[in-house]
Amino acid sequence: MLEIEIDGKKAQVPDGSTVMDAAQQMGVYIPHFCYHKKLSIAANCRMCLVQVEKAPKPLPACATPVTNGMKVFTHSDLAVQAQKGVMEFLLINHPLDCPICDQGGECQLQDMSVGYGGMKSRYQEEKRVVFHKDVGPLISMEEMSRCIHCTRCVRFGQEVAGIMELGMANRNMHSEITTFVGRSVDSELSGNMIDLCPVGALTSKPFRYTARSWELQRRRSVSPHDSLGANLIVQVKHDQVMRVLPKENEAVNECWISDKERFAYQALNSDQRLTKPMVKQGGEWREVPWNVALDYVAHGLKDISREFGGDALAALAAPSSTLEELYLLQKLMQGLGCGNVDHRPRQQDFTSDGKRVGTPWLGMRLAELNNLDAALVVGSFLRKDHPLIAQRLRQAVRKGGAALSLIDLSADDQLVPLHARLTVAPSQLAQTLAAVVKAAAQQKGVELPAGLENVQVCEQAKAMAQSLIEGEKKAVFLGNAAQQSAAATQLHALGLQLAQITGATFGFLGEAANSVGAQLAWALPTGANARQMFEQPRQGYVLMGVEPEFDCANPQQALAALAQAKMVVLFSAFKHEPALAYADVLLPMAPFTETSGTFVNTEGRIQSFAGVVRPAGDARPAWKILRVLGNVLDLEGFGYNTSEEVRDQVLGGASEFATGLDNGLNGVTLQLPQAGQGMERIADVPIHFADPMARRAPALQRTRDAAAPAARMAAATLAQLGLQAGDLVRVRQGQGGAELAAALDEGVPAGCVRVAAAHASTAALGEMFGAISVERA
Amino acid sequence: MAILGAINPVLMAGLDGDNSWQLKDYVARGGYEMLKKILAENIPQEQVIAEVKASVLRGRGGAGFPTGLKWSFMPRSFPGDKYVVCNTDEGEPGTFKDRDLIRYNPHAVIEGMAIAAYAMGATRGYNYIHGEVWEMYKRFEAALDEARAAGFIGQNILGSGFSFELFAHHGYGAYICGEETALLESIEGKKGQPRFKPPFPASFGLYGKPTTINNTETFASIPFILKMGGESFLNLGKPNNGGTKLFSVSGHVNRPGNYEIPMGTPFSELLQMCGGMRGGRKLKAVIPGGSSSPVLPGDVMMDCTMDYDSISKAGSMLGSGAVIVMDESTCMVKSLERLSFFYYEESCGQCTPCREGTNWLYKVVHRIENGLGRPDDLDLLSSVTTNIMGRTICALGDAASMPVQSFIKHFRDEFAHHIEHKTCLVPKDVQWAGSGFHKVAS
Ligand SMILES: Cc1cc2nc3c(=O)[nH]c(=O)nc-3n(C[C@H](O)[C@H](O)[C@H](O)COP(=O)(O)O)c2cc1C
Ligand code: SF4
Ligand code: SF4
Ligand code: FES
Repeated sequence: MLEIEIDGKKAQVPDGSTVMDAAQQMGVYIPHFCYHKKLSIAANCRMCLVQVEKAPKPLPACATPVTNGMKVFTHSDLAVQAQKGVMEFLLINHPLDCPICDQGGECQLQDMSVGYGGMKSRYQEEKRVVFHKDVGPLISMEEMSRCIHCTRCVRFGQEVAGIMELGMANRNMHSEITTFVGRSVDSELSGNMIDLCPVGALTSKPFRYTARSWELQRRRSVSPHDSLGANLIVQVKHDQVMRVLPKENEAVNECWISDKERFAYQALNSDQRLTKPMVKQGGEWREVPWNVALDYVAHGLKDISREFGGDALAALAAPSSTLEELYLLQKLMQGLGCGNVDHRPRQQDFTSDGKRVGTPWLGMRLAELNNLDAALVVGSFLRKDHPLIAQRLRQAVRKGGAALSLIDLSADDQLVPLHARLTVAPSQLAQTLAAVVKAAAQQKGVELPAGLENVQVCEQAKAMAQSLIEGEKKAVFLGNAAQQSAAATQLHALGLQLAQITGATFGFLGEAANSVGAQLAWALPTGANARQMFEQPRQGYVLMGVEPEFDCANPQQALAALAQAKMVVLFSAFKHEPALAYADVLLPMAPFTETSGTFVNTEGRIQSFAGVVRPAGDARPAWKILRVLGNVLDLEGFGYNTSEEVRDQVLGGASEFATGLDNGLNGVTLQLPQAGQGMERIADVPIHFADPMARRAPALQRTRDAAAPAARMAAATLAQLGLQAGDLVRVRQGQGGAELAAALDEGVPAGCVRVAAAHASTAALGEMFGAISVERA
Repeated sequence: MAILGAINPVLMAGLDGDNSWQLKDYVARGGYEMLKKILAENIPQEQVIAEVKASVLRGRGGAGFPTGLKWSFMPRSFPGDKYVVCNTDEGEPGTFKDRDLIRYNPHAVIEGMAIAAYAMGATRGYNYIHGEVWEMYKRFEAALDEARAAGFIGQNILGSGFSFELFAHHGYGAYICGEETALLESIEGKKGQPRFKPPFPASFGLYGKPTTINNTETFASIPFILKMGGESFLNLGKPNNGGTKLFSVSGHVNRPGNYEIPMGTPFSELLQMCGGMRGGRKLKAVIPGGSSSPVLPGDVMMDCTMDYDSISKAGSMLGSGAVIVMDESTCMVKSLERLSFFYYEESCGQCTPCREGTNWLYKVVHRIENGLGRPDDLDLLSSVTTNIMGRTICALGDAASMPVQSFIKHFRDEFAHHIEHKTCLVPKDVQWAGSGFHKVAS
């Protein structure tokens, strides 16, 4: 510890602290622009100059290490004069266009010029003009003359996002922040640069000129977009969501959110919102009052149940539904004598059902990710599936020198140096993980688990095993694609084996916002699971928040089953074109901003939230719709007054973290799948197609990540098929097909074609990781 | 000619025009003897450093920091690579000595670097050469090839077990890349921008490894110091100002060029060696140590001797030893305008006071020069320089400010005249008469 005195106050601070660290610890404010606690020290703005005893010149607090007994003065003449001098320099070339600046009211430069700026400018020369740049749909760089060259945006790219989308070109006062020629700024974390920019140089393009910051109310919420559960500030004006910002929570999202979380709100205000209950009669859609709609649904479901038995019904909910919604949905179905309830539309392999010891989860706290020494992630499109988990792992590698290895299906750039990587066909995932298990067993000299005798071990597998053995804190994770794979249970068992041999922690990178919560809410089949309910078509379906043609493992099969059903009830926030064909009733449900509810994130953290705006039109929170339905059906136990009552009943009083989290598996024997034959499909779920809101957010849909799917293949595969990049091809699975452009992607394993899921152009296809044929169209 | 004049030359002694740069010539002059001796006799590293300390060699790159002391900052027992880096970026206006060193005596630099590497336990070296003197870069590469072939650099030098790889690296003509940490960034392939210090290069230098950076002339002096002994080198000059030094004299003298003279030689003598003032005109002012050092009036300068202490006492700096001589035909406002333009242009733009301040200074001086000065401009200029100085990441901010302060301090009447009368105090015809360029042009 070091002793320091700032403005007469004494304190002890840890070794290695800077004067800025010490000041923050002591609650002393030192003005600053370039300093940011999550970024490296640049010391370029010079706003934080302070006086240090015995130093002839003022020193930058952010970059000056504390020495024992140091005395610092932040308000002495020398310090204040220096700060005012810097402030003047920052303002001389600034356009001073605050009245038309979106940053107005929340601008650090504006705030600080009140404290340190002069009343009038001594600068009478021509001001600098910096040309605007078009950097894509998310970030507006229209007024770059406002930039103060703090390089926060540049450092964010280099250090946090892992990709340098912005840099500072030129020198002297012609320095300007810009992209590489012609590139856009829309990697999955880019929007954070808007928050980091202390001035109005980088602003939100969708939000631009729609409101002044002081007109907005700040409401807390939780992200429904992935399993991290980022904490959000939703900003509201006149009962409308205008903007979404991160709410800092070091344990969860730190101070970041993904672009999807930031911009998906656009969908909430779109004209695609479903705002009235609708019923299809005689092929005609009619808007009806709620009581009519619910009577219709209640009767319909009850009739099917009475006539064909509860097994003729099925309910499928999105894993991003709230805990309360999921619980009440399964309760309603149980009340109708139906156990065919699931929340895992993309899953194919359900053999672990009934064999899991507890609720699958990350296996550790999110914050622990940063301190890992070694990690192996299996079957994940890591950056796009889990932008902020990827970010934490990136920090583990960057700052802690962790060894991160991947077994994946496409060698996408994860923007982090990898220790080892094996990119394989979907049918090879289990074999490949088995090779690592075998290598680990051999290196540790422990008995080889039965069933792995014939597995081939390669160098990369050895390197993975070694890093997991050597590290002190280490983990093995299964990503979305692993959980969606046909070998999900085998991968689960292998992961546990590997963890056991190496002493690593085993966990799941949860697929969706409430993957953990759904298990706790018993949204699990006692009858047919998400696959079986379409494999063996039912008479009646209740769909909540899912869009089967985008969200199901085999959309072809799901749509066929829905088409033949007597009754399909869809709870949806959006009027959904394809649903007009297969559904019979559309119930306008409130999205997360319009309902209270609870998500349990992948680390088991329970996060409840309240609605931030009133539901649009006649939309209603789904938990209330289900409650009324329960009552209309005269079912027991639907007398809840609040969503909190539902939650407390499900979670039994657990408050911060859920109980019963356990990745253990009982009674599964290792039985590696045979190698696949013929061409295999690799289907990623592109980040901005992954949920109904993102699909309808115009800005997100204009990013590079939202480009229409192509048939992506390695050069060898293209050659083998006699194709060239750009050729139009017809891909086929089962009855369905799609016409796509062939594209060269050396990251795709040989013999595979990558065709994204969750897009209208590929909705007629079958299984995400199934056999597929490709021919010239 | 390698050098236009000299008194007791050391660095440039025995050089015969452009033909004596090769290895055989250098060896004939006694070159590489010290390297051989040190390696053969396994002279302790401390002893080499002690000898350099005894010579009171001060860094020739501008700051005049004692070289021996700098070398002793390098961590002794560091696991892994350490670097020595030679700074031949030489972008300071007025300075043109290092390029002649590289051109006429490159092996002295190579030997000096090899000895430095030995003394500090460095295994790799780079010479960063100004990008606009391409022939010098090629010359140095040629010398490196010779030295490598002869086994003076590379693996297991002369069978001693000591290895030192040395490479040349050329810049692209940014002045800021001469600042030692910007230079390191540039070698690393990044934009040449100074780093905040601490940490200093001795602990976190090239690629994050301990690094010592010295000027070309500093390194070139090393073999000679060791050969004659630190004390003898010191005695060539005067106490605290050891040895001889190269001075690049430019401006209104009859024979501008490089001169090697002992530290402490009177300026008047140097001026004489340069053939005196051009056209017999009166000496008006001298910038004694490169464009970043404060200007001194001619009469003050005539009382100075050419060494760190004397020039510093007079209120300026010996800097890199670039002596810019101005005669009475010079308009000081025009001169300052040109200097200020240079610093405005060359600021790397990283830190606020320098980026904004150099631009402000230039624009105001430019306005004054063009008859648009205002009465309070001089106070404004002085206030802006105060706000820059001592508040920037690197010394360029100070370098840009000192000319402004000193020009106004010593030649205030010329600035006042410009502001009040919208024209030069020095009549235009006098200026033209003094301008070689104008004569050619008209
Ligand atoms: C803006 C700026 C430019 C500089 N340019 C040079 C240069 O061209 N050559 C040089 O040797 N030193 C230059 N320096 C000084 C170097 O930073 C460094 O002090 C020097 O190379 C150290 O060598 P020395 O101790 O042998 O003098 C420059 C410094 C600044 C601030
Ligand atoms: S754009 Fe914003 S964040 Fe980036 S350097 Fe300029 S002021 Fe800083
Ligand atoms: S003082 Fe000037 S040149 Fe030096 S770092 Fe700052 S902006 Fe760059
Ligand atoms: S905050 Fe310290 S220099 Fe910018």
